[in-house]
Amino acid sequence: MKGTVVERATPLSRGFWLVATLLILVLAAAPWWLGRGELRLIAEFAYLIALAQMWNLLAGYGGMISIGQHAYVGIGAYALLILSLHAGVHPFLAVPVAGLVAAVMAAPLSRLVFVLKGPYFAIGTWVVADVLRLVMANVPALGGGSGESLTSVIVGVPAWEREAVIYWMALAAGVGLTMGMYLFLTFRHGLALTAIRDSEAASASLGVEVDRVKLLVYVASAAGLGLVGALIYLIKLRISPDAAFSIEWTVLMIFIVTIGGIGTIEGPIVGTAVYFLLRYLLADFGTWYLVVLGAVAVVVMLKAPKGIWGWVAHRYDLHLFPTRRRMRLGTKAEAAAAPALDTVANGAG
Amino acid sequence: MAAAIDTILQGVLLGGLYALFATGLSLSFGIMRMVNVAHGDLIILASYLAWVTVATLGMNAFAAALVVVPAMTVVGYGLQRYVLNPVLSDDPLPPLLVTFGLSVIIQNLLLEGFSADARGIDAGVIETASLALGGDLAVGWLPLLVFASAVAVIAGLELLLSRTPLGRAFRATSDDQTVAQLMGIDNRHLYAVAMALACAVTGIAGIYLAIRTTFGPMMGPSQLLFAFEAVIIGGMGSLWGTLAGGVLLGVSQSIGFRLDPGWGILTGHLAFLAVLVMRPQGLFARTRDA
Amino acid sequence: MSFLSTHKLEAGYGDFRALFGIDFEVAEGEAVAIIGANGAGKSTLLKSISGLVRPPPGSIRFRGAPIAGLSAPAVVAAGIAMVPEGRRLFPSLSVEENLLVGAHTRRPGPWTVDRVLDLFPALAPRRTTPATLLSGGQQQMVAIGRALMSNPALLLCDEISLGLAPVVVKSIYEAIPGIRADGTTIILVEQDVGRALAVADRVYCLQEGRVSLHGRPASLTREQITAAYFGV
Ligand SMILES: Nc1ncnc2c1ncn2[C@@H]1O[C@H](COP(=O)(O)OP(=O)(O)O)[C@@H](O)[C@H]1O
Ligand SMILES: [Mg+2]
Repeated sequence: MKGTVVERATPLSRGFWLVATLLILVLAAAPWWLGRGELRLIAEFAYLIALAQMWNLLAGYGGMISIGQHAYVGIGAYALLILSLHAGVHPFLAVPVAGLVAAVMAAPLSRLVFVLKGPYFAIGTWVVADVLRLVMANVPALGGGSGESLTSVIVGVPAWEREAVIYWMALAAGVGLTMGMYLFLTFRHGLALTAIRDSEAASASLGVEVDRVKLLVYVASAAGLGLVGALIYLIKLRISPDAAFSIEWTVLMIFIVTIGGIGTIEGPIVGTAVYFLLRYLLADFGTWYLVVLGAVAVVVMLKAPKGIWGWVAHRYDLHLFPTRRRMRLGTKAEAAAAPALDTVANGAG
Repeated sequence: MAAAIDTILQGVLLGGLYALFATGLSLSFGIMRMVNVAHGDLIILASYLAWVTVATLGMNAFAAALVVVPAMTVVGYGLQRYVLNPVLSDDPLPPLLVTFGLSVIIQNLLLEGFSADARGIDAGVIETASLALGGDLAVGWLPLLVFASAVAVIAGLELLLSRTPLGRAFRATSDDQTVAQLMGIDNRHLYAVAMALACAVTGIAGIYLAIRTTFGPMMGPSQLLFAFEAVIIGGMGSLWGTLAGGVLLGVSQSIGFRLDPGWGILTGHLAFLAVLVMRPQGLFARTRDA
Repeated sequence: MSFLSTHKLEAGYGDFRALFGIDFEVAEGEAVAIIGANGAGKSTLLKSISGLVRPPPGSIRFRGAPIAGLSAPAVVAAGIAMVPEGRRLFPSLSVEENLLVGAHTRRPGPWTVDRVLDLFPALAPRRTTPATLLSGGQQQMVAIGRALMSNPALLLCDEISLGLAPVVVKSIYEAIPGIRADGTTIILVEQDVGRALAVADRVYCLQEGRVSLHGRPASLTREQITAAYFGV
């Protein structure tokens, strides 16, 4: 394609990569020099980045705005429960398998939610998540509405090993899913995705297999969420339908991505940092941190819709993850194809 | 047999409440092409408003509407004009995220302000009085009143949409908002009026919800889902379809509850998904939105 | 002082510029045609005047007042109505309802539904017909009538002959004297150069966002027009 522009690595982004690599190595060694509390906090930081990245992939790159991604967190959690407690699979092994389970579930569920478009898709996914919650609440073998404890499957593992492995898994999820997404976007599918997000109709006419790529992204996002969901509940050790399929997970993903910057890889990392900061600062004030978080997200949407990172990147032309092999359709051709009066006066503001 | 008829009858009447939930959502779908994720939380907000009105002014539960409905109308106008209009465009993402944020804000403000305790409003004898229909059948006056209100609200709105200049401006804007502006229609104001209307109905819904059941700060999302399901089942673009959608949802839930109290909401969701798979455009879609 | 004037008008869409310093003037009561190739910027000029595209303040004056940057509804209230390219009727409204929406601003003046139906007798039997069921020519008549319903002092018409059979175009153009009879000023964007020259008091030719020629039809030669139109 003639108009493709590839932005290359800059000295700054190379410096960042160096620092990031060192940081990851230092963090990987953390079980030997940090206490349990700190490890848990870093693990939470890492898995929230992973969750946010998966929503970002779906909404920011795939243009599929879902308010029901907690479905896959819950599926991952219940996969872990069934595999480890009821099928005797080692809980550490059950975590990645839970990701697979979520992917397998996502394919048929996508047929249901893909019927709905745009904002209807958003709420439709929420209904599906609620269905899964209610179904699980009605399975007495899995503890019904009150759920089950996983403590028994993990007691055999020595304490240090348990903490360290869970920590490493969380770190791997955060780093791995971020990098995986980066590679996914840089090679092969990035171009198609960007094109689809920008205009589904135009990309269809350019021969991009819209449906196939969207399905792929949906399933990939579900797989990541399933894996992280299992990991989260391996840390929490108590699984109930209301908690595992709680909208809270999607709330976190959406706020983090919106605040940090939707459609950028850096955004979710920045957003997670903001979330931790707010939660820490408002720790003594009950759920006020959620009010503030929501208010920040709304203000960001109103004043800087590309989020904190989008603003920074635009202002300082900074791209730590130079993914943007953006396909630029000629403006003229694009405009000529558009209906005459639209695009301009469309805003109601 | 009587039990079956009773189940369906209760479900139909419950559908009236869902239709009231759904009407506001349906209006903003139809006119602004946007989904207000905070819709359910606005219903609950109205319930709390009603509760406060009754508690502080000592008003009758129904008279509280004199406070709640105007208040919600103002909330709706301001919300659309100053918060939602600025993010309205061809991109469905910003209004979704903004209303999603508002939803979480409203929930947690209610939680901080009123605690997680369940509340309710006592409306007096009407809550328990019922109309005997012969045999073992009886229907409560309150559900009847709710259903009648839903029919009245929808009939009123349909008249407004089809017979008045305002309604014509709504339909024109829904068809083509750019050209509507060329006709001198100020869409920012018009959208705000539409949301004001939607929130007025939400006010009524919130009062009835507060009278019928106990409520808490986190109940908004469920009401949103019910409202959404009623709209999609009924089909976009028709308020009578929305009523029918509400009734179908109510009956599905009622049957589920009868089978097992844990299944009520689930069977409602499943009915919705079944409609989605078999007739994605909804059961009574008017092709206005083609 | 002219009725409508633009001064060094620049306009576009986001980063894309479509008009480069347009100076354009219309006197009260005139009929002015704007011609030019596809993409020359004719529609953008009309959209700038009508407020669908927002040019910088000060670049457009109407009856002495600055109107650049006003919203489309405010421009209608000031007395400028537009017939958009491609007719764009409201599909879920009947013919009569489409016309009535045009009267939304309630500007005082002579136009009523009945008067529009007198102007376009072909519409009279279709008063309650849904707009989507009309023929292209009838839709164009409704689109013109809808704009007239705001009793404009200035009527902007964007390609009202587009895609219509010659006899239909002829019947639509026959209504123009009736519209001008009240003193309504008209700006016509027209690809059909012959037709434009026939009805207009003056013509402007645009080429790639600039005025490449203007003058009275009688004073322009075919060669001049061809050169201004195609830029050869
Ligand atoms: N909505 C739009 N967005 C972006 N560019 C547009 C839009 N509408 C028109 N253009 C571009 O502006 C230029 C002028 O277009 P226009 O005014 O519609 O030309 P004309 O009416 O003379 O055919 C063209 O290059 C066209 O591609
Ligand atoms: Mg044009």
